[in-house]
Amino acid sequence: MATRTDFGPPNYKNLLPPVIKQNYGQWLYHERVSPGILKHVAESGDEMYTVRVGSCRLVSTDWIRDICEIADQFCDGYVRFTSRHNLEFLVSDASKVQPLVDYLKAHNYPVGGTGYSVSNPVHTQGWIHCHTPATDASGIVKAVMDDLFEYFVDSKLPAYCRISLACCLNMCGAVHCSDIAILGIHRKPPAINHEVVQAKCEIPNVIAACPTGAIRPDPKNKSLTVNEDRCMYCGNCYTMCPGMPVADPVGDGVSIWVGGKISSARSAPKFSRLVIPFLPNNPPRWPEVTDAVRNLVEVWATHAKKHERMGEWIDRIGWERFFELSNIEFKEQLIDDFSLASETFRSTPAFKW
Amino acid sequence: MSESETPLLDDLEGGPWPSFVSEMKRAAEKKESAKDLLRQLERSYEDRIGHWKHGGIVGVRGYGGGVIGRYSDLPEEFPAIAEFHTFRVNQPSGWFYTTEKLRELCDVWDRHGSGLTNMHGATGDIILLGAPTSELQPCFDDLAEHDFDLGGSGSDMRTPSCCVGPARCEYACIDTLDLLYDVTMAFQGELHRPMFPYKSKIKISGCPNDCVAAVPRSDIAVVGTWRDCIQVNQAEVANYANNGMDIVCEVVDMCPTKAIHWNPLTKTLNIDDKECSRCMHCINLMPKALRPGKEKGATILVGGKAPIVKGALLSWVIVPFMKIEPPYTEFKELVEKIWEWWDENGKMRERLGELILRLGMRNFLKAVDLPPVPQMVRAPRANPYYFWDPEEVK
Repeated sequence: MATRTDFGPPNYKNLLPPVIKQNYGQWLYHERVSPGILKHVAESGDEMYTVRVGSCRLVSTDWIRDICEIADQFCDGYVRFTSRHNLEFLVSDASKVQPLVDYLKAHNYPVGGTGYSVSNPVHTQGWIHCHTPATDASGIVKAVMDDLFEYFVDSKLPAYCRISLACCLNMCGAVHCSDIAILGIHRKPPAINHEVVQAKCEIPNVIAACPTGAIRPDPKNKSLTVNEDRCMYCGNCYTMCPGMPVADPVGDGVSIWVGGKISSARSAPKFSRLVIPFLPNNPPRWPEVTDAVRNLVEVWATHAKKHERMGEWIDRIGWERFFELSNIEFKEQLIDDFSLASETFRSTPAFKW
Repeated sequence: MSESETPLLDDLEGGPWPSFVSEMKRAAEKKESAKDLLRQLERSYEDRIGHWKHGGIVGVRGYGGGVIGRYSDLPEEFPAIAEFHTFRVNQPSGWFYTTEKLRELCDVWDRHGSGLTNMHGATGDIILLGAPTSELQPCFDDLAEHDFDLGGSGSDMRTPSCCVGPARCEYACIDTLDLLYDVTMAFQGELHRPMFPYKSKIKISGCPNDCVAAVPRSDIAVVGTWRDCIQVNQAEVANYANNGMDIVCEVVDMCPTKAIHWNPLTKTLNIDDKECSRCMHCINLMPKALRPGKEKGATILVGGKAPIVKGALLSWVIVPFMKIEPPYTEFKELVEKIWEWWDENGKMRERLGELILRLGMRNFLKAVDLPPVPQMVRAPRANPYYFWDPEEVK
């Protein structure tokens, strides 16, 4: 039999619970009942409850079978996931909500992640399954969320706080617009292996892959050279050529970025900005990273106005005040020297001390 | 009691957040590959470096993407993950499942792979982590039996994704789930056979809250919006005020265009819709009282991406308002025009946003036949370096 191809994903229409099919596009409003629980009401008067649960994203088929049993018991066999690796149980029978929540809590499923909470961090593969990582992903997220657990299961923050992690500059997790971004970085130029470059790499493509023009041909070795003064260790050359490894146990670590947002509410989407250029890889719990993230969450939570995201708070008080309040040292790496650097320099003597 | 082989990882089984280490151990009870994965990860925690070789091309018949090759760089120590390839499986719109469908997926993966998954990857796919080369075709054939097709990888249209949309959200201005399914089905060739300069991402959000990060993360972003007036239920507005919401501080003062006026005597809101930029703040705060308007559609933005190669970009508005209704012809024709221009002009590994910066928004807009309008820019240019078509100078 010829292999069947191009048939596409399962049709979502066959996977929606009846209460959604009946009220599709007819939802009137929602309420945040309590942390982790949403209630949606349709124009028909039908109600649907959502119970949101954090997951660790890397899960076994046994875990999926477990949640299927829960969904069969409380949700007539329907379940969904969110864009931030959360799990959502959709309950159309109000009397089943509390028993479901009780069951989940009894079995250590964290119910939360709604409203003004720290929701589940979007993250990448890290050392578990990626070939270009500068750090692990799941391990840091586990350590950070163990530490910030109180902020997942409650919604006591001034506004949403979205934490994301990407384990290298490829940013599979696209962390560049997060309230707090944790980004794996390298700090050493590629250690060129000329034999591998000769055998496996397209020289012009590797040269073109360098954003700073640091890579030149090395005709003598039929290979490449790197101008180390220009290299900022992005790892792009390694993506193109296995003879240019940048990963290094001493050089690799984590950087912290803040103040990005995705939604257009109040202010336009914006990038996160670098505030801590390097923290060491210190497995299994990365204490320097968990301390830095907690400090950022708490400084913001202490000073921000209601509904003010991290970046909006910083825009109001100014970056110079942010560094004072957060007690973070302002290092030279925080001053941009890439292509749009001048947009970030100040051109007015009006600033704060 | 024997000493644990993974003392560093064992530490991550404690604490209240769900533990991926416990999940790996569950899989390791049944699968040698999951056991070796755990051991290799422990080694990475000791060495502070990854232990996967660079890349590797693998695949299944008829497809150019969807399976990512992965090989351990310590195959003698961890033979069960010498080959440990990833499947990207195209998720259903909005990540809705029946337990029946999920169990079928688990059965397939228990038969062919490590039993470990990501629900879901950051782009949206179901990620099946780890199968040897010999199991790739049998696994795909088994997936296909259960109507699970592959997602994108390499220089193709990556698996598109969308927010929960009209399935559960009253803010949804477009049918994100249906548009996603339609677009995914219409562009199966582009999804499964890499032939572009680089990856191309499409993401669809139902409103400007943008729950799937379409603006920062996609080359072509669809964001639902409306053109007419916010629908106001004044009785519910008064209820919010009576229940303790500080309407002035929380709503009026935080409106970015100062388009909201509050009458404390009558407890009514007056919205100057002509000045409203439809940012969603007031609606987010008072979902019972305020709703998006009735003339709904989407803003189309292009060029968003993460840093590689030349820096991160947020998408830019190119169509301020487009009606989004089946069969979605206008949108799909625009996507095809955009891809045609990019495919023709883009250099290897140049994303759409980078190409627009290199050749100019002006040339892009001409190529895709869109008129310049002020909604596209934050401000006009501040330099005198601009072009004229010789035809215009006569």
